Amino acid sequence: MKTGGLDRQLLVLQMHKARNKTVEWLWSLFRYILIIGISFVILYPILQEISVAIKDRSDIYNPTIYMIPVHFTTENIRLAMEILDYWPLLTNTLLFAASTTLLQAASCALAGYGFARFQFPGRNVLFTCVILTILIPSSTLMVPMYLHFRSFDVLGLVKLFTGHDGVNMLNTYGPSLITAALANGLKSGLYIYIFRQFFRGLPTEIEEAALIDGAGGFRTFFTIMIPNAIPPLVTVLLFAFVWQYNDTFYTSLFMSQSDLIAIKVASLPADANQYLPIVMGLGSNVKADPNHVSMIVDTGILLAIAPLIILYLFVQRFFVESVERTGVVG
Amino acid sequence: MNRKSRLTLRQRRALLGLVFILPWLLGFVFLFLTPLAQSLRFSFSELKVAPNGYELNYIGMKNFTDALSVDPNFNRILTESMTEMAWNVPMILFFSLFTATLLNSKFRGRPIARAIFFLPVILASGAVASAQMSGLIQLTGSSEMAQEVGQQQSGFDAMSLVFMLDNAGLPGWFINYIVDAVQRIYEIIKSSGVQILIFLAALQSVPASLYEVARIEGATPYESFWKITFPMVSPLILTNIIYTIIDSFTDSSLTNTIYQTAFQSHNFGLSAAMSWIYTLAVGIVLAVVGVLVSRKVFYYH
Repeated sequence: MKTGGLDRQLLVLQMHKARNKTVEWLWSLFRYILIIGISFVILYPILQEISVAIKDRSDIYNPTIYMIPVHFTTENIRLAMEILDYWPLLTNTLLFAASTTLLQAASCALAGYGFARFQFPGRNVLFTCVILTILIPSSTLMVPMYLHFRSFDVLGLVKLFTGHDGVNMLNTYGPSLITAALANGLKSGLYIYIFRQFFRGLPTEIEEAALIDGAGGFRTFFTIMIPNAIPPLVTVLLFAFVWQYNDTFYTSLFMSQSDLIAIKVASLPADANQYLPIVMGLGSNVKADPNHVSMIVDTGILLAIAPLIILYLFVQRFFVESVERTGVVG
Repeated sequence: MNRKSRLTLRQRRALLGLVFILPWLLGFVFLFLTPLAQSLRFSFSELKVAPNGYELNYIGMKNFTDALSVDPNFNRILTESMTEMAWNVPMILFFSLFTATLLNSKFRGRPIARAIFFLPVILASGAVASAQMSGLIQLTGSSEMAQEVGQQQSGFDAMSLVFMLDNAGLPGWFINYIVDAVQRIYEIIKSSGVQILIFLAALQSVPASLYEVARIEGATPYESFWKITFPMVSPLILTNIIYTIIDSFTDSSLTNTIYQTAFQSHNFGLSAAMSWIYTLAVGIVLAVVGVLVSRKVFYYH
């Protein structure tokens, strides 16, 4: 009797195990289907753009083609580059985005460290103000900022020395660089928050040791805290760069005439329509084929996001790890 | 030098702290508070731009009443943006929490899956979206057609899903919601990148020992999700709701309207009034959500 009971128990145990295994297997199958499905939804537009970019004009009206064209060509890329004036535009945009990114990361790291590690009167009130800068929609500040930078002046100093009513800074890098350097640029509040959370998590003993060894506040910050703060730095640098690269709000507000990719891409459809026949050597009176124009627009979009994708390929592993270790968590 | 050495260590630290936040403080006063106050003043005035500078004439509440009762579109766009926000936030939240849980579990090819899932964070660009849209418009000749084509391209027949959910006995509005979510899946994925990152960071910080105990006590993965994971990440749900709401500012049609009122119609006062109404509305939403959610949130520490 007793052995029979044991046998039964063993059988039940085995059945449990088998069931668990099946459930596990089904779950992982389900998971793969989901992941592949969502990945497809994300990648599809990019694949489609690549497919359009290498498709020859003669393939536009061939309905049997799906994704992989019959006639390959680099003509679209050449035309789109010519219309966008690609290489100078790209260099310009990269320089601009990189400089604001560096300034912003520097100023936000300083502020984040200040809020995380120092006791000074009004600290909590001021930090609430940081949160406030995140919460107030940027459209509220739009008009005053525009007017401010249209005749830029610091406490009337410019007027005092030159006699003019301030400097017109529109369509220069000035506004963006100034706002970035003073940690009030695009999404700066968020970056300050990220840095503060990270620095708060570091043990205070490090600084105490540095203080005892005779390092001043700034030396501690630059030689000890910054090398330890690689994860939030990577996160902030990448976010700041990408968001600046893609930003249309501030750029169209302050520098609508400048050569920046975000602005040029937004006006690309109209530009392509106008310049395509000229670029192709057909003269300015010929009207462009709308399908061909939209092909060029697609190629242009691909060219605009290509630098970001290439950048992402290099930093993505580092980036995901960094975000996890940054502890964006409150 | 002499004076400084007389300060106590605490005072010196306080001073140093102020030096560290000085760049931000300057920026905050001159590039945030001043424009904010000016914007408030503009909203009560009529603003005329002169070649050097501008003139202000105080006109009281006229801009606000104009925005709410005279402007033909503002009311409609405001309510539309608000309902759209209320409609989208749960979808994005649910999707991002789900995806974060999915990406947090161990499986082969996880690095690749992660890389792909964060791609939308990198590529979310208003300029690209608008260019894509107008590219489609040129192709078909009209914006309505373009929308239809866009919907057709998703290539999914929703009717079978509707019947299935209807048979399951779900209420009509819920079916509507789900189908809408399925059809706009790309949009949702595109706007939930950062939220996934935030949830993922939160999931990583849940101590593994909690799950271990639950497993030993015989909890199923489903139970341990609702009893452990969900309460542990619940503070981040509030963060994510707020982030999602703020994120919807940047490219909303309302922001465009405010922008156009200022720089195409050159009605700066009206635009300032509009933006203040918008700010107030968003502030109220944030406050209500904050109060409601923070009651339910579980704090581990």
